[in-house]
Amino acid sequence: MTEDQLRELIGRVRRGTLSRRGFIRRMAAVGFTAPMCTQLLALYGISPAAAQSVPPYRPTRRGGGQLKILYWQAPTLLNPHFATGTKDQDASRVFYEPLAGWAADGTLHPILAAEIPSIDNKGLAEDGRSVTWKLKRGVKWHDGQEFTADDVVFNWEYARNPAVAAVTSGSYRDINVVKVDDYTVRVEFPRPTPFWADAFVAATGQLIPKHLFKDYAGANSRDAPTNLRPVGTGAYRFVSFAAGDTVRAEANPNYHLPNRPFFDQVEIKGGGDAVSAARAVLQTGDFDFAWNLQVDDETLRRLEAAGRGRVNIVEGGNIEHIQLNATDPNREVDGERSHISTQHPAFRDPAVRQAMALLLDRQSIQEFIYGRTGPATPNFLNAPPRFRSPNMRMEFNVDRANQILDQAGWARGRDGIRQKDGVRLRFVFQTSVNAPRQRTQQIYQQAARRAGIEIEIKSVVASVFFSSDVANPDTYGKFYADMQMYTTTMPQADPGRFMNQFVSWEIAQKANNWSGRNIVRWRNEEYDRIYREAEQELDPVKRAALFIRMNDLVVGSNHIIPVVQRPLVSGSAVNLRPVLSGWDTTLWLLSDWYRET
Amino acid sequence: MAGSIPASATADGAPVPAAAAAQRPLVSPWAEAWRRFRKHRLAVVSAVILAFIILAVLFGPFIWTVPINEIDFRARLQGPSWDHPLGTDDLGQDLLARMLYGGRISLAVGFAAMLVAVLIGTTVGAVAGIASGPVDAALMWVTDLFLSLPELPLLLLVIYLFREPLRALVGPEMGIFILIVAVIGGFRWMPVARLVRAQFFSLREKEFVEAARALGASTPRLVVRHILPNALGPVIVAATIDIAAAIIAESTLSFLGLGFPPDVPTWGRLLYDAKDQLDYAPHWALFPGLAIFLTVLTINFVGDGLRDALDPRRVV
Repeated sequence: MTEDQLRELIGRVRRGTLSRRGFIRRMAAVGFTAPMCTQLLALYGISPAAAQSVPPYRPTRRGGGQLKILYWQAPTLLNPHFATGTKDQDASRVFYEPLAGWAADGTLHPILAAEIPSIDNKGLAEDGRSVTWKLKRGVKWHDGQEFTADDVVFNWEYARNPAVAAVTSGSYRDINVVKVDDYTVRVEFPRPTPFWADAFVAATGQLIPKHLFKDYAGANSRDAPTNLRPVGTGAYRFVSFAAGDTVRAEANPNYHLPNRPFFDQVEIKGGGDAVSAARAVLQTGDFDFAWNLQVDDETLRRLEAAGRGRVNIVEGGNIEHIQLNATDPNREVDGERSHISTQHPAFRDPAVRQAMALLLDRQSIQEFIYGRTGPATPNFLNAPPRFRSPNMRMEFNVDRANQILDQAGWARGRDGIRQKDGVRLRFVFQTSVNAPRQRTQQIYQQAARRAGIEIEIKSVVASVFFSSDVANPDTYGKFYADMQMYTTTMPQADPGRFMNQFVSWEIAQKANNWSGRNIVRWRNEEYDRIYREAEQELDPVKRAALFIRMNDLVVGSNHIIPVVQRPLVSGSAVNLRPVLSGWDTTLWLLSDWYRET
Repeated sequence: MAGSIPASATADGAPVPAAAAAQRPLVSPWAEAWRRFRKHRLAVVSAVILAFIILAVLFGPFIWTVPINEIDFRARLQGPSWDHPLGTDDLGQDLLARMLYGGRISLAVGFAAMLVAVLIGTTVGAVAGIASGPVDAALMWVTDLFLSLPELPLLLLVIYLFREPLRALVGPEMGIFILIVAVIGGFRWMPVARLVRAQFFSLREKEFVEAARALGASTPRLVVRHILPNALGPVIVAATIDIAAAIIAESTLSFLGLGFPPDVPTWGRLLYDAKDQLDYAPHWALFPGLAIFLTVLTINFVGDGLRDALDPRRVV
């Protein structure tokens, strides 16, 4: 779809000759739905009709008994600004609320905001430099204090303060927040910002009360007693918390929405592993909901057959992918392996990388390992769909891989392994200890062997592999191996932050304690330039084109080989009606959950 | 002691009457041990089963030539059939072939670790037992020190420290093999050392040792020729228990994902891979589990039988 066509469509929606829903459907046909779509319309002054993105809430009264939720990683603290990982964000979300959250279809759903800003309601500035939020009136914190604009402004000051060391600081550092009146705040951006719904929205936008945190808004932020005893505005209020074990909450009788919440008590129990969590919900029915079921589909189907629960699959942008190291992991330069000044002896040949991509049997991996929980994909950037490139292909072809390697001069040695100029095609392939990943490694290993490439499989315990321990050589950030595989998560509905993991200034190395996001250490001047361009581009269509080009560059280099998408998989009791979204935390709308009787 | 009394030679060298020879046949110490061993029914049955397992993993792969890593998605998670006598795993790989191959590693780890433990233990025990005094005290302190070290955490540390250098030196499989054998062997010698030392203390005061010393035998000769052979009975028993412990330790490591690379199907790794599908593909876990169980059990029974057979003071 060209830019002109899109503008014409938007024009028709504006004039009213095309419904909003019809617009989204047409966009979907050309790969164009999800969160940014709404923003796109909002930028052109077309606001969404209210409450159509969230399923209707049916209960007419409260008193639904207990809701038991199982998290196989237990929350360790309950302050959203210090949340490490989704487990803490989700647990905090039981008590705290943002101004708005992202619904499954990528539209903004107001929570503490009275309405979603748009050009129509004068919330959104036409130059893209500011957004004005109107707050809901009459919202009370659990201790009875009024929720006002002061609280919102305080959260901005709190999160951006380096002394507080909040993990959410990225969303608040570069903006300016002004209190207009007691129930209105304006967020100002230093330059036109295409993705304006970041601060005060979704997981990083959960708002904490000023009156309880104002004395702890500095270096003593971690000492605040409220970090472990939250007082929020949410549908459920705090009862007890045992770090690493259980969170208990009870219904908030003064919640700002009618008839909500449905349940009397909520219990979030932590611990165990994904398989036993799936069992507890789907097979034995001991729990009502289990989060993040990283279990192979075969097992899920069999457990589902018990009829006590069902599996919810919600699409997001997470991607399981394989990286071919651009640097040499076996040569040490300045006490650092995989040093940026080196080149990988085999992978510097594009023919080898192309052959490696051809040897990955993604269809089989999807069909026999991940099933519904991992659709095969040729793209690194898959969602929201309007950023999905139509240009990449995935192909599994051992013969062609052999042909390409033959042509490039990689000849088979006596042991059947190809070599050229003393470089043997023998690679160490590392990933975390995880059954589907080891299966994928073996499938890849067998295909590679047929093409005269030997892959040595290495698996590292997940707690080591994903740690940021500078002393450990086995972390994914150090990447002291030829190849590695893991999932990169995409927590936001916008690829801006997601795609910065291939820019040259993010390369992981000793100088930044391997905290850089470009772990594959791939460098490309065109990519860098386009990324900077996209940061400034206000026109959503041009911006999407830039991100598609970025995807094509990195996937086309074959240093990154996408394997499967990883949608969010959870399990729930058959009579439970959870409201889920791939663009927000799992418990983003816990207030609307209910049980059918 | 059956072996210590000459059965045939007499002082005057008179020929032994044929009838007497028929009444009391020639019995060598080993034959006597074998006679005693046979009386332990369970030990004999165990020895047969163990021999079968060892022969199977040694020669099985030459008869059952299905590759261990041939992926066949059409034959996933199949139960036992003629094509796959022990069924297949979730990639359609033949479990019999994998078990035979993995058995080699598991058994090799067990026997090699046992050898290491017995060698170190016997040496330390013999030196301490014969030297006594400060040397004995020092060696026993070392033994106590080793006894107090936790095995598994140390194993993790050693693997973390030495895996990469060894991998570069001898390859990933051999490297981890050496590590596991060295660590398991290096942490199982203490009971052996104590046993041997205790035996030495009692044996070195025996009349036959005194006689040998009076005849002018040197200390090394006393140890190697006279004391050690008589102290070996308990050592052999301890050794069999060590084999079992080493196999289980290797299985533990593989189960934790820390042992051999994931594509090497040791028995412990097979169990680990199978655990998630236990309820609908039980054969996958059952056979490796059974193999570990049988091996360990039979080795223990054989050890039990050997103790009876090699203890000359015990009446069977």
